[in-house]
Amino acid sequence: MGELIVKAEKLTKVYKLSAEEIAAVNNVDLEISSGEFVSIMGPSGSGKTTLLDMVGCLDSITSGQLEILGNDVSKMKESRLVNIRRRKIGFIFQDFSLIPSLTALENIQLTLYFAGIQKKPKESIRLLEKVSLAHRVNHLPKQLSGGEKQRVAIARALATEPKFLLADEPTGHLDIENSQEILSIFKQLNEEGLTIIMATHNQKLGLQAKRIIYLVDGRIVENNK
Amino acid sequence: MNIISIAYKNLKRKKIRSVLTIGGVGIAVAVLVSLMGFDRGYQESLTGNIDKMGYQLLITAKGCPYEAATMMLKGGGGLRYMEKDIYDKIRGDTRIDKVTPQLVSTVYDPDRLDGQGGFVMYMGIIKSYLELKPWVKFKSGQWFTSETAEEVIMGYEAAEVEQRLVGDKIFVSNVNKVLTVIGIFERSGTQDDGIVFLPLKTAQQIFSLPDKLTGVGIKLKNIQEIGSFEEDLYNEPGIQIISMAQVRGTILNLISSAKVMTNSVAVIAIFIAVIGVVNTILMSVFERTREIGVMKAIGASAMDIFRLVWMETILVCSLGGILGSILALSGSSLVEHIIKMVLPYAPSGQLVLIKPGLLFVAFIGAIILGIIAGIYPAWRAASMRPVEAIRTGE
Repeated sequence: MGELIVKAEKLTKVYKLSAEEIAAVNNVDLEISSGEFVSIMGPSGSGKTTLLDMVGCLDSITSGQLEILGNDVSKMKESRLVNIRRRKIGFIFQDFSLIPSLTALENIQLTLYFAGIQKKPKESIRLLEKVSLAHRVNHLPKQLSGGEKQRVAIARALATEPKFLLADEPTGHLDIENSQEILSIFKQLNEEGLTIIMATHNQKLGLQAKRIIYLVDGRIVENNK
Repeated sequence: MNIISIAYKNLKRKKIRSVLTIGGVGIAVAVLVSLMGFDRGYQESLTGNIDKMGYQLLITAKGCPYEAATMMLKGGGGLRYMEKDIYDKIRGDTRIDKVTPQLVSTVYDPDRLDGQGGFVMYMGIIKSYLELKPWVKFKSGQWFTSETAEEVIMGYEAAEVEQRLVGDKIFVSNVNKVLTVIGIFERSGTQDDGIVFLPLKTAQQIFSLPDKLTGVGIKLKNIQEIGSFEEDLYNEPGIQIISMAQVRGTILNLISSAKVMTNSVAVIAIFIAVIGVVNTILMSVFERTREIGVMKAIGASAMDIFRLVWMETILVCSLGGILGSILALSGSSLVEHIIKMVLPYAPSGQLVLIKPGLLFVAFIGAIILGIIAGIYPAWRAASMRPVEAIRTGE
C-alpha cells in the first residue's frame, strides 16, 4: 500500500436550499492510496461531483475530517488550498474547460505559469505527444474535436506532475470511441503510477477502474477494493 | 507565457467590444491632450507675441487699455489717436532705454484675398522701431529712403498675401495713394508679419492724421522703475499707460475662465471613459465566471486572477492612451483651426502645442486610469469562489 492520498472521516457537505437542508455528501469515510484507479459511480445527484470538489480542495466542508496527502484541509484557508491544487492535483472536467483564447500548448503553459514552474515549451509539447496531439500544438480549442480537447485537458492536468488526477465525468461529452480512448490514457497513466479518481455515471467505463465506489444519496453504498 | 500576453489574447476574443472601449479611452485622452496642448500653446504664443512687441509699456490715447492693447496685438479699426507731443516730452527721460512712436491705420481693401475683401493694417514707424525689435531682419530690400518717402516695408505674410516683391507698387484704396515696396521683412512669427509699414510722417500725411499717434512703445532700462514711471505720467491728460505684463495676465485670466468649461468637458469625457472601461471589463468577468473558476481549479490564486483582469484593464487604457495621443497629434491642426475661428483673440504661433512630455504624461495618465478602473472588476473576479464559479457558469 502506497502513500495515503485521500483520507476522509465522516465527511459531510450540506447545502441549504431556502428552509431545506440537503446533505450532498453524508458521513463518508474513505481512504485512497497512491497508485489506485478509483471510479466514483452513482446516479445523478448522488454526490459524486460534490465529493470530488471537496477532495480537489475546491469546495468547503460542512463537517468531518479530510486529509489530502497528509494535510488537513478541513479548515484550511483558500490561500493555502491553492498551493495544494496547483502542485498536487490535476483536474479534468466534463466540458474540457480549456481557455478558448489560448492554443493547446499555451493552455498547458498557463497551468505551469500559475504554479510558478519554469519549463521549456519542448516539455509541454512532449505532454501533447503523450496524448497523440503533437500535430495540434498551436491549435485553438475551437479548432479541435471533443476527444482532442479532452486529451489537451489531460496533458494540461499532467503539466505540474501532480500526485493524483481528479476527473469529473471526463467522457460525458464524448462518443463511445473517444470515451474509450480517454479511458485507455487513464489506464496507461495509472500503470505508470499515477493515482486517478474519476467520477462517472457511465457503467461500462466506470467498471474498468481498479476500484469502484458507489454513492447513493451522498452515502457510500459499495466500496469495492 | 506572461500575464500581458494572456490578457491581450483575452481582449482579442471580443474584438469589436475591445476596440470600442479603447476608442472611448482614446477620445477622452485626445480631448485632454488637445486641451492641455492648447493651454501650453496659447500661453507660450501670447507670451512670445507680447515679448516680441519689444516694449514693456505702451502709451495710448485714453480709453479701454485692454482694447487698445489687443488692438496693437491683433490689429483692427476703431483706434483712438493722441497728439505726438507726448512722445517729444518723454523721449529724453533717462529711465527709458528705447522708445518708438507708432501710427496704426486699417484700411478696407475690397480686392484683398482674391476679391473677398479684407482689412490691411498700416503702421507708421521710425527707425527706433527696429531698435526695439532687434530680431526683425530684412528678407529683401532696405529701410525707407527718407522720413517722408512714399514707400512701404511689408511684413512677410502681407507680402505673400499681396504677392508683392521689392520694387512693386501697392495701392492704398481709401486714400487713392500708390506706394512703392522698398523692403520685405523676414517671418517673425508675430503680428508684424501681417503689417504694411511706412514712414511715420508719410502715414500721418496720407491718412490725414498730422501730428497724431496711436501709441508709443517704451522699453525701460530697469523694469523695476515701471511703477515710478507710470506715476509720473499719471496726470498727463488724454493718455494712459498700459503694461504689457498686465495685458498678458488679463488675457490669460479671460482664457482661464473659458478653460474651466473646456476642462470640465475633458473631465466628463474621462469619467465616461472610465465607466465604459469598468463596464466592459466587468461584463467580460461575468461572462468568464466559469473560466475563472477553472483557472482557480488548475492553480490560479486570487492574486493571479486579480492581476490578469487588472492587466486587461491597464492594456485597454494604455492602448487608448496611445490611440488618443495619435488622434491628438494628427488632429491638432484641425483643433487649432477651430480655436482660431472661435476665439476673439488668438495670438500668432502654434496654439496647440503637443510636446513629447505632454504625450508621456497622457500615456502615464491613461495607465493610472486603467489601474483605478481595473480595481473593482479585478476584485470581483479574484473573490469568486472556485466551486461556485465553476457551477454558476455551467
